Amino acid sequence: MKASSMTARTLDTFARMSIGRAFASGIGMVAGGFLILLVLVAIFAPWIAPFDYAAQNLMNANAPPGWPHLLGTDEFGRDVLSRVIFGARTSLSVSATAIAISMAAGMTLGAAAGYFGGFFERAVMTVVDLTWSFPDILIALIFVAIIGPGLTSTTFAIAIAYLAQFTRLTRAQIVRLKRETFIEATVNLGANPSHILLRHLMPNAIAPVIVVGMLAIGDGIVLEATLGFFGLGAQPPTPSWGAMMSSGTAQLFLSPWVIIFPGVAVAVTVIAVNLFGDELIRALDIRDRLRGA
Amino acid sequence: MLSVRDLGVAFGAVEPLSGVSFSVEKGETIGIVGESGSGKSLTAMSVMGLLPLIGGRITGGKIVFDGQDLTDLPERAYRKLRGGRIGLITQNPMTSLDPLKKIGPQVDDVARLHLGMDATQARARTVEILGTLRIPEPALICERYPHQMSGGMKQRIVIAMALAADPDVLIADEPTTALDVTVQAQIIRLLDDLVKQRNLALVLITHDMSVVAQTCDNVVVMYAGRAVEYGPVETIFDRPRHPYTQALIACIPRGLEETARLTGIEGTVPTVINYPKGCPFHPRCARAEAICATDPPDFSVEGDSAAACHFAEVAHAQPA
Repeated sequence: MKASSMTARTLDTFARMSIGRAFASGIGMVAGGFLILLVLVAIFAPWIAPFDYAAQNLMNANAPPGWPHLLGTDEFGRDVLSRVIFGARTSLSVSATAIAISMAAGMTLGAAAGYFGGFFERAVMTVVDLTWSFPDILIALIFVAIIGPGLTSTTFAIAIAYLAQFTRLTRAQIVRLKRETFIEATVNLGANPSHILLRHLMPNAIAPVIVVGMLAIGDGIVLEATLGFFGLGAQPPTPSWGAMMSSGTAQLFLSPWVIIFPGVAVAVTVIAVNLFGDELIRALDIRDRLRGA
Repeated sequence: MLSVRDLGVAFGAVEPLSGVSFSVEKGETIGIVGESGSGKSLTAMSVMGLLPLIGGRITGGKIVFDGQDLTDLPERAYRKLRGGRIGLITQNPMTSLDPLKKIGPQVDDVARLHLGMDATQARARTVEILGTLRIPEPALICERYPHQMSGGMKQRIVIAMALAADPDVLIADEPTTALDVTVQAQIIRLLDDLVKQRNLALVLITHDMSVVAQTCDNVVVMYAGRAVEYGPVETIFDRPRHPYTQALIACIPRGLEETARLTGIEGTVPTVINYPKGCPFHPRCARAEAICATDPPDFSVEGDSAAACHFAEVAHAQPA
């Protein structure tokens, strides 16, 4: 209970002081506003989407944008707009879940490695650095190849691909903070390691990790789309931006709208995430602390 | 209450501290003086059991606190003493507080940790302690963040944290170094009052002989990791027998006449890896003779004070 109220307070302060300031700039407001809108669209997809994302109408396949299909239809006559809207659900939830898992695991590993040091630190960092020596997409592909395609494996594949980043960043923060006078002062007051780690080190280390997490959601969306494009992510008929683009390649010249709109969705979302992340970095004034990642 | 006997400390092969002894009882203040690098802070860290955390170890001697030898106390047991029965105030109040936590919870933590109080009790105690430290509007201060406070105020908060669990011994390691002169005087007076009011045993580590003269009952003068002279403060100031002590006393600025000049001691404290043979002070000592470079001097005891100098018996001419 103590820890949760503490976390709530930290997050509350964080929200008021930093996220608020990130919204304050023009770019931050536009990018942040778009992301909030996108999240709302994803949540309320069934009420917003004009058609059933899986309803086929072969009589009306490959219809160009117009009325009633604003963004046209695909080769099965499914409404592209509805599929893009439902695709936002898949992309955002897979990426956000994956990054949340990755952050939680990376922060735990990194904090423990940075705080306790010694053999444990070397073992963790060696494994983590090893995963970092491969491109993200390769790690994700290997992982999906092992446990099979689908959204769950996509989620874990993305989580593992970004684990190194969070572990390294958290470890770097903890190692730096550990030598700060106020941590020594806490030791002098007789605090035990868990108190120092959870109540003093983590709250001070968390800001850059959150920002990197924010930016990683953008990368996660791209990775999810990539895996979807290769047919390793969402399985039909579940709409995913990557899978939609993949099926669109076949009719690239006949009906380019099938590939263009999900592509635009990915691009705009990732740009918005990155712009907002940059504003967050500025608002938190932590540019120099991100170098450890 | 706390007595250190012939303490030696080593980091690997180097031995920055050897033969340090002092003791302090409740209601007393002992001053440990010396220049930077003479081993004062290391002595404090040894008493706090912090050496293993920085890679050092105790090679000899005893640290006895309340009848218990602390030299091989396990870390877990030491944690109960630290902040609980032995408080430490460090040199830098500016960075000794967690920047993300309000003052109140930071001070509360100590009482919760060591006295098992709940949040409400701990806060009541925090407010009370802040009050006794003459901090205006303690309840309001509890809601402030460290960056909203001045250096002197932060140092008082750090003192409050050291006192929160009602320790028997307080070690103040240059508590005023980072503060400006008027605030320094306030903090020193505050510590002096606390010793009397709370019957504390205070170990005051400083390089300022004038602070020692104002507050301490006994003094240990340290040089190059060794105690070179110790005794009651009156004796040390009236009749210093070690040339180093004399030099330190001569450094106290005095006199307002325009001709008065500030004196210093030539040279610097040797580093740990090249402590000189014989008497460690001989390269900088005006009185040094051949024997000083070869034989380390023993303590020459006179009454309740002692000085480690080959010429302690000789009445030294007071340096002007």
